[in-house]
Amino acid sequence: MILKKRLSTTGYYVVSAAIAVVSMIPFLWMISTSLKTQGAVMTVPIQWIPEEPTLQAYVDVFTTFSFARTVANSLFIAVTYTGVTLLSSSMAAFAFTKIHFRGNDLLLKVYLATMMIPTQVTMIPLFVVMNRLGLINSYSSVIMPSLFRPFAVFMLVQQMRTIPQDFLDAARIDGANTFQVFRKVALPMCKPTLATLMVTTFMESWNDYLWPLLMLTDRSKMTLPIALATLTGQYNPQYALLMAGSLISMIPIIIIYIMAQRSFQYGMMAGGIKG
Amino acid sequence: MRRGKRHGGPGGDGLLRASPFLLPSLIGLMIFSLLPLLISVGISLTDWNGLDSIGAAGFFQEHFVGLDNYKSILTGREFWQVLKNTGTYIVLYIPGMLVMSLTVAFLLSRERRGVMVFRVIYYLPVLTSWVAASLIWTTMLSPQYGAVNNILSLFGIKGPGWLLDPKWAMPAIVLVSIWKDMGFFGLILLSGMVDINKSYYEAASLDGAGAWTKFLRITLPLMTPAIFYVLIVSLINAFQLFPQIMIMTDGGPYGATQVMVERIYKYGFRYFRMGYAAAFSWILFVIIMTCTAIQMKAQKRWVHYDS
Repeated sequence: MILKKRLSTTGYYVVSAAIAVVSMIPFLWMISTSLKTQGAVMTVPIQWIPEEPTLQAYVDVFTTFSFARTVANSLFIAVTYTGVTLLSSSMAAFAFTKIHFRGNDLLLKVYLATMMIPTQVTMIPLFVVMNRLGLINSYSSVIMPSLFRPFAVFMLVQQMRTIPQDFLDAARIDGANTFQVFRKVALPMCKPTLATLMVTTFMESWNDYLWPLLMLTDRSKMTLPIALATLTGQYNPQYALLMAGSLISMIPIIIIYIMAQRSFQYGMMAGGIKG
Repeated sequence: MRRGKRHGGPGGDGLLRASPFLLPSLIGLMIFSLLPLLISVGISLTDWNGLDSIGAAGFFQEHFVGLDNYKSILTGREFWQVLKNTGTYIVLYIPGMLVMSLTVAFLLSRERRGVMVFRVIYYLPVLTSWVAASLIWTTMLSPQYGAVNNILSLFGIKGPGWLLDPKWAMPAIVLVSIWKDMGFFGLILLSGMVDINKSYYEAASLDGAGAWTKFLRITLPLMTPAIFYVLIVSLINAFQLFPQIMIMTDGGPYGATQVMVERIYKYGFRYFRMGYAAAFSWILFVIIMTCTAIQMKAQKRWVHYDS
């Protein structure tokens, strides 16, 4: 019995560690490559630990193109995008669940049904619309879609439905107006969902590729993923540079993920399946 | 939905109170969903090149081509090749991803020391952008200087040309996608796993069931709703494969990794055939809807909801 238990413990850690190694190898590779000289990248056998480690790629990445500007663009866009998503979605969810008006249910259904429309279908006409509005190469072109986030509305509707009406009524009796009820009662009770959405939305916006690719063609406006992707198209790709850039691009997400770990996992579980 | 009429009363007053809250989302709904949807139908019936002014008088008379775009897509060889490429991806990706994410979910569901560490590590690829992940893997898969073939050679295996070999390019994309997605789907499956009522396991233990029997007879059937969700989402994602293709292969070699969204993007924004691209996107939409509908229908046969 004890032997069997020990075997299963060993088995557990062997399998877990094997998957962990597979998950981690690309990141170790990224770090290792980012510390190499261009010559060392092209050597066989490969050097997992560079023989002459150098931080040159990290210096180069900031000097060959306006990398700092790109990081600033990405940060600005992701933060604004996330803020607008959380605000507009929670407002809509509040109206859908806590204010009674005719056509409420139907409107919610239409709104949520649009989740099924793939972005590719709307991509070309949206390009036309954005072009018409003169918004190509503007930050607003990549931030504005945050107004329309059916999935976020869906998650928040689920959460707001659990808030007892009595809470809201009590606040009303105390003289709060609709906006105050929303701010002081409804929003605080949605914290776990808001935290999850904050992480996932920030991540989506920060990592997004297709939409910024269409909208931001001006180098000074580009986000990190787009700028990184343009570097590969060059005749002689500088691998160390690309890896250094990739590594830097991951830092904010990892920080936010670790900070929000707890509520994030709770929210994933609450929202994941019912989706 | 239960809602007392006393809150806001029926009709006018409620709408008045609700509208400031709804306005931003409804503007978004119009601009980013309903309006483009309508325009997209229109564009797909034209031979618009993306440059001529679309609102100009006589635009539709001049550019209207009826269903020609749809016809030429469906009768051309390229579309079927693209469908076949996507099919290859799906056939390899879905089972691989499911096995890996089930394993991940199972490992993370055990209350063992260090499980939190594994949880963070398994989630790292999910946090990485597709651009960064594709860049890393492009260098890893380099036949000569890459990590993958060098690790394989330690075991005496001579690795293929991966992204440079038409036969191996799609399988390589699949491997990278599984690596990237298993943590995400693993966590969703995990939530389905921990929701299972513990008393089932206790009852099974009393009946003398072993761990494997319990997994097959209790865990797996009761996880079917979560598995169903994962299948729906992953199949939709599979049809929308894009960034990894653009960065790792750009559709090559010899068109072996050309897929729907990559084609739509190229037709629209590289070859300036917007009408053709729009028609392509509608065909994609129909395919996705059909697959989802079939899955929804079929779920009655295998998904068990624990009541």
